[in-house]
Amino acid sequence: MCALNSKIPVGPVDKKWTDYKDHALLVNPSNKRSIDVIVIGSGLAGASAAASLAEMGYAVKCFCFQDSPRRAHSIAAQGGINAAKNYKNDGDSTYRLFYDTIKGGDYRAREANVHRLAEVSAAIIDQCVAQGVPFAREYGGLLDNRSFGGTQVQRTFYAAGQTGQQLLLGAYSALSKEISKGSVKMYNRHEMMDVVNVNGKTRGVIVRNLVTGKIERHGGHAVLLCTGGYGNVFFLSTNAMGCNVSAAWKAHKRGAYFGNPCYTQIHPTCIPVSGDHQSKLTLMSESLRNDGRIWVPAKLEDAKAIQQGKKKATELAEADRDYYLERRYPAFGNLVPRDVASRAAKERCDAGHGVNATGEAVFLDYAAAFERYGHIEANKRNLVNADSATIIAMGKEVVKEKYGNLFDMYQQITGENPYEVPMKIYPAVHYTMGGLWVDYELMTTVPGLYALGEANFSDHGANRLGASALMQGLADGYFVIPYTIGNYLANDIRTGKIPTDTPEFDEAEKAVKDRISFFVNNKGTRTVDHFHKRLGKVMWDKCGMARNAKGLTEAVGEIRAIREEFWKDVRVPGSESDFNPELEKACRVADFLELAELMCLDALSREESCGGHFREEHQTEEGEAKRDDVGMAFVSAWEFAGDPGKAVLHKEELVYENIKVVQRSYK
Amino acid sequence: MADHGMKLTLKIWRQKGPKDAGKLVDYPVTDVSPDMSFLEMLDVLNEQLVMKGEEPVAFDHDCREGICGMCSLYINGRAHGPQTGITTCQLHMRSFNDGDTIYIEPWRAEAFPVIKDLVVDRSAFDRIIQAGGYISVNTGAAQDANCLPVNKKDADAAFSAAMCIGCGACVATCKNASAMLFVSAKVSQLALLPQGRIEAEERVLNMVQQMDVEGFGNCTNTGACEVECPKGISLQNIARLNREYLSAALMSEK
Ligand SMILES: Cc1cc2nc3c(=O)[nH]c(=O)nc-3n(C[C@H](O)[C@H](O)[C@H](O)COP(=O)(O)OP(=O)(O)OC[C@H]3O[C@@H](n4cnc5c(N)ncnc54)[C@H](O)[C@@H]3O)c2cc1C
Ligand code: SF4
Ligand code: FES
Repeated sequence: MCALNSKIPVGPVDKKWTDYKDHALLVNPSNKRSIDVIVIGSGLAGASAAASLAEMGYAVKCFCFQDSPRRAHSIAAQGGINAAKNYKNDGDSTYRLFYDTIKGGDYRAREANVHRLAEVSAAIIDQCVAQGVPFAREYGGLLDNRSFGGTQVQRTFYAAGQTGQQLLLGAYSALSKEISKGSVKMYNRHEMMDVVNVNGKTRGVIVRNLVTGKIERHGGHAVLLCTGGYGNVFFLSTNAMGCNVSAAWKAHKRGAYFGNPCYTQIHPTCIPVSGDHQSKLTLMSESLRNDGRIWVPAKLEDAKAIQQGKKKATELAEADRDYYLERRYPAFGNLVPRDVASRAAKERCDAGHGVNATGEAVFLDYAAAFERYGHIEANKRNLVNADSATIIAMGKEVVKEKYGNLFDMYQQITGENPYEVPMKIYPAVHYTMGGLWVDYELMTTVPGLYALGEANFSDHGANRLGASALMQGLADGYFVIPYTIGNYLANDIRTGKIPTDTPEFDEAEKAVKDRISFFVNNKGTRTVDHFHKRLGKVMWDKCGMARNAKGLTEAVGEIRAIREEFWKDVRVPGSESDFNPELEKACRVADFLELAELMCLDALSREESCGGHFREEHQTEEGEAKRDDVGMAFVSAWEFAGDPGKAVLHKEELVYENIKVVQRSYK
Repeated sequence: MADHGMKLTLKIWRQKGPKDAGKLVDYPVTDVSPDMSFLEMLDVLNEQLVMKGEEPVAFDHDCREGICGMCSLYINGRAHGPQTGITTCQLHMRSFNDGDTIYIEPWRAEAFPVIKDLVVDRSAFDRIIQAGGYISVNTGAAQDANCLPVNKKDADAAFSAAMCIGCGACVATCKNASAMLFVSAKVSQLALLPQGRIEAEERVLNMVQQMDVEGFGNCTNTGACEVECPKGISLQNIARLNREYLSAALMSEK
């Protein structure tokens, strides 16, 4: 059993990364050509890593399960990407981004990693602009910024509501450039089924060609998992349908420790569930909280009337509305961090103030913004006597320019026009801070196996700030891994090609084939989705926005029961040697059913409330999260021991030398 | 909800593999809620097919919010269905009426061969981008972002072109199966930006050449693509591509 070594360089926090880079081992260009690097995933993390490593000269293979690398889930990110550029002259700095991220993460992230993230953030924006990413600009031609939750400066760069799309297309274009040169070999519609370790090091992967069903072996000197987050363990989430934990989970079962699995981000602004047929939830970007005001009816009888459709939101007088975020958190108002905003919505809805038929929704209201922007426009255009209808119409135009695509999306899904009636929103699973434990070099506990982007646990502590995942994914891929991987591969220059005709590859391939043939031959009576939905409900009810020991203990039992039933009774149609989406789902849900148990165990063992992890037993009198900085200031890193329930906990102590740890307050 | 459920007849293209012949098969569905998305309606059908021991209908999808470009259904003779400005996954059943018959087919184009049922191979698009849809800048070589001011009008126009999701509806809807709208969107985005100008000539020549190699048809300016494009990519991009192409071709003849 290896003791956790986070390999954090010594020295002051703002010198660590420079110092590390100055001393990391290098691989000379001619040697790089004979070193094979396998990148699983082509999202922001994977595409940026694959392109950058190929530019440096490594021989890269990149895999994704979609039909094109451009479709990775990163494409869906809406709001923006943070960077400490201080273009707004509002006091931003590397230190402030570092500080905000640690604080936003509720003091459960590693100082050294987060500082590095803040240091490289500015270069990401430079890189993206050079690639032709069309960020929003001001009239002077310079880049524009907006603000996001949990910060008091404007440091978020954006491209309307499609920032993730534009950043990913930038990374995809860099990847395409390398594919065209032959320095990256791209495998679309290929799913990694297992990692292969040889003599304690990761030396390759087993993948399935999703079109032909063929199982392939690929050897490499290092494997990078850039496979995204596991929010879909809840069945309903804002993640794309294909998002899954399988690559990370397989790595976990092969020796990589899993970090903080219970840290899940529930996003406050999503479109509420509409019925049993629901297959996924849609996020309304956090940027909407910049200008929208969140409220519920102050009186229960009004709430009831609205729930029953007897009253409309617009009929309630100002005095009868409870702008509960502005009331509870005057300093940050509607821009409190996500975990705080989500819990506050749940609290109001649990108390009966919800505003749709299910009672699980709150209003996100733009009426005040229409007016405010309308007045600004009127001033700009010197319309001194504009009537209120004109002002509101002008305000709507401004809002349309800023958020038009989000408003359209809302209308498309709900059938309601958000320019006329306030939107209804409710929290939904969105992001997983937990992931494979990695050291400062982004290496997991298995040498040669790395994890980047949302797949690792690293930089967001117990709660991620908005616009920081895109930053982290691209930081990992463009600016961290190119430096840290050499430090490992420099010792591999004499290894030569990794053979794949070894017992380790045989064993891994056989296990994959056995599992697949089990599925297609098991003539059960229930579909994969049946089990996935049941699992999701248990997780949402008992390991969701609020957790307690009793519920979590019950959840463990229920998950085990569902898992047992799944293996007995699942039905997977079709064949193994064919395009078979049900088979893909079955393989992924099998892993979710194991991960879920570990998430509950982790949540049980974390006897405190922090960030996205809220244990009802640990709260202040005002119902705010209560951390235990004496007993729980550590990263939980779980080692697989034959069964998810038997996982062994290792602790990485978190040391804060540069930031004073205080109870978070957004009041 | 049950008493509000719609009854529909689906006529779905079933094709076992790339080399097999395909045909339309009828599937009656009941209890369809108007709040369901089109793909959720297909999910329900697929659950029922699996339970009956039949193979579910294969279709591509991932984000289900209109941005990944994966979904690609030809519904009642229209790419992405009856509404304009949205993808298949954004289509909701409230756009249909009780008793409707709905035809569901894959994109049809020589350059997009069917893999199975409604799933096609669009890797030709990737190869067109690989032929030049990028700016040759390596990681780490960039200057400060604000050293490169871009006129807001150009930046906005570049963004509008960059919104293309690579779905292929433009090809599916074009009687010539031309990929001009897709190619012109990328050419325009990069041509409008100062950082993209440097390679503009080679880019347009190489991308157009690759488009021809892949077997897409010629553009005869029917404008059908613009109508069906879920992202509102404008025909002006094709005009810009043509200008760029002409001047590049002239320059390269010198
Ligand atoms: C709706 C939405 C909006 C968001 N908005 C923002 C925002 O505004 N700002 C922000 O900072 N963050 C945002 N996020 C979070 C952010 O988008 C993600 O955390 C980030 O994009 C993840 O990037 P990634 O590269 O780690 O993974 P992904 O983009 O998820 O990529 C995963 C890749 O791995 C591949 N893959 C996975 N498993 C396998 C396997 N077994 N075999 C082969 N390939 C595999 C996939 O094909 C894919 O290519 C948002 C998230 C959502 C859901
Ligand atoms: S131009 Fe429009 S229709 Fe064509 S691929 Fe792009 S988004 Fe799809
Ligand atoms: S599934 Fe992503 S655009 Fe439709």
